[in-house]
Amino acid sequence: MNFLPYVVAAYLLVIGLYGMVTSRNLIHMVVCLSVVQSSTYVVLLSIGYRLDATAPIFVDIPVGTRAVDPIVQALTLTDVVIGVTVSALLLALAVQVHKRSGTLDPNGLSSLKG
Amino acid sequence: MTILQAVVLLLVAAAGTGVVVTRDPLNQAVGVSFFGLLLAILFLVFQAPDVSLSAIVVGALALPLMLLLALAKIRGGAE
Amino acid sequence: MSSSARSTVFFIGAAGLAVFLLWGLTGLPDFGNFRGDYGLLLNRVGVEQTSATNIVAAVTFDYRGFDTMAEEFILFAAVLGTALLLRAQREEEEEPAEDMAQDRRPPHDSDAVRELCLGLVAPAVLFGLYVVAHGHLSPGGGFQGGVVLATAPLLMYLAGEFAGLRTLSPRTVVELAEGTGAASYVGVGLVGLGTSVSFMKNFLPLGRAGDLLSSGTILILNFAVGLAVAAGFVLLLTEFLEQTLEVRRRSRA
Repeated sequence: MNFLPYVVAAYLLVIGLYGMVTSRNLIHMVVCLSVVQSSTYVVLLSIGYRLDATAPIFVDIPVGTRAVDPIVQALTLTDVVIGVTVSALLLALAVQVHKRSGTLDPNGLSSLKG
Repeated sequence: MTILQAVVLLLVAAAGTGVVVTRDPLNQAVGVSFFGLLLAILFLVFQAPDVSLSAIVVGALALPLMLLLALAKIRGGAE
Repeated sequence: MSSSARSTVFFIGAAGLAVFLLWGLTGLPDFGNFRGDYGLLLNRVGVEQTSATNIVAAVTFDYRGFDTMAEEFILFAAVLGTALLLRAQREEEEEPAEDMAQDRRPPHDSDAVRELCLGLVAPAVLFGLYVVAHGHLSPGGGFQGGVVLATAPLLMYLAGEFAGLRTLSPRTVVELAEGTGAASYVGVGLVGLGTSVSFMKNFLPLGRAGDLLSSGTILILNFAVGLAVAAGFVLLLTEFLEQTLEVRRRSRA
């Protein structure tokens, strides 16, 4: 039971990769990429968790109360916002690809035209 | 590990599967919004309110919005 | 390579990856048994050293402020890349939104949606500013508050006022705001370098923990990041919206 967060994170990684590999639509691929990214957030936060601990915000509780690790939270919170910005960049790429070649199917895109 | 955390973890796994299995991007926009909400609840249950705020704001607002705008452009250009 | 062959190769690779991943993850300490000394130490001394009660914000903007600067540059570069990709290409031209409106069906104009969205613009701006300003006291900060702030022009668009979106966030002001946000983050770091030995040292008076005006440069950096993130998202939104509403192929004209 204690192993469940890591199993879920590994599962999200693999299922996201499966979605990307078997995708027929570039936009579907971008969304599967964001699923893969969310698996890393789950791993980071699971590492920092302590049993019976609270959030590391000491506004109303005395300093020294048992709290979870703040460093992995700092990593994850900027990561989430950057992830969506990079997804926006990929979606802009997909829009341009559709404009140039008329299709969103990765199988239908031939790499080098004459 | 409490029951709540275990349940939310399993729900996140199920929602992730749902997002990947949905092939139409328009339906996926709704699915990914729900996935973002479940992730935010998971982060809250792991005692990380800052990350949970980020996940709500990004997963339920920014990402579905970008998806819908990209789809609107693609459908609009196909007239 | 055919699709089924590709799937087979993927499944073999994914099975191997899953095995190694789970094997590696079992090597971690048990769930709930975190043993990192750095994080636990920061929990104990963070409030006293930075006067910020939100230790996560203290870590993001003070202890690891340099990493956050690099991440802000990632955001800046991604917004720049998107703006570059979505500008009108050589064979397209931009027509102003009013001309295109003539051959379009007007969207179903619901008074309820319009009133609700217009009414929510001011609370969205206020709430975004609140989240940014209280980042060092309670959960929140520049990144979250910036995205909330960016929804205000979007609400105007949903209410049917594309012209209002343009007035609330004209292109040059938004680009200037984003550059200012990113540059002022580096500027604060450089001032820290000037007044003491280290880049991005917290050089302002720290104040009392729990006050709104406390924790020195963390407050300023929160605002800089909030500005950069809000302007970046508004820029992304307007780029995508312009693509749908204004850009058409030249042959159509």
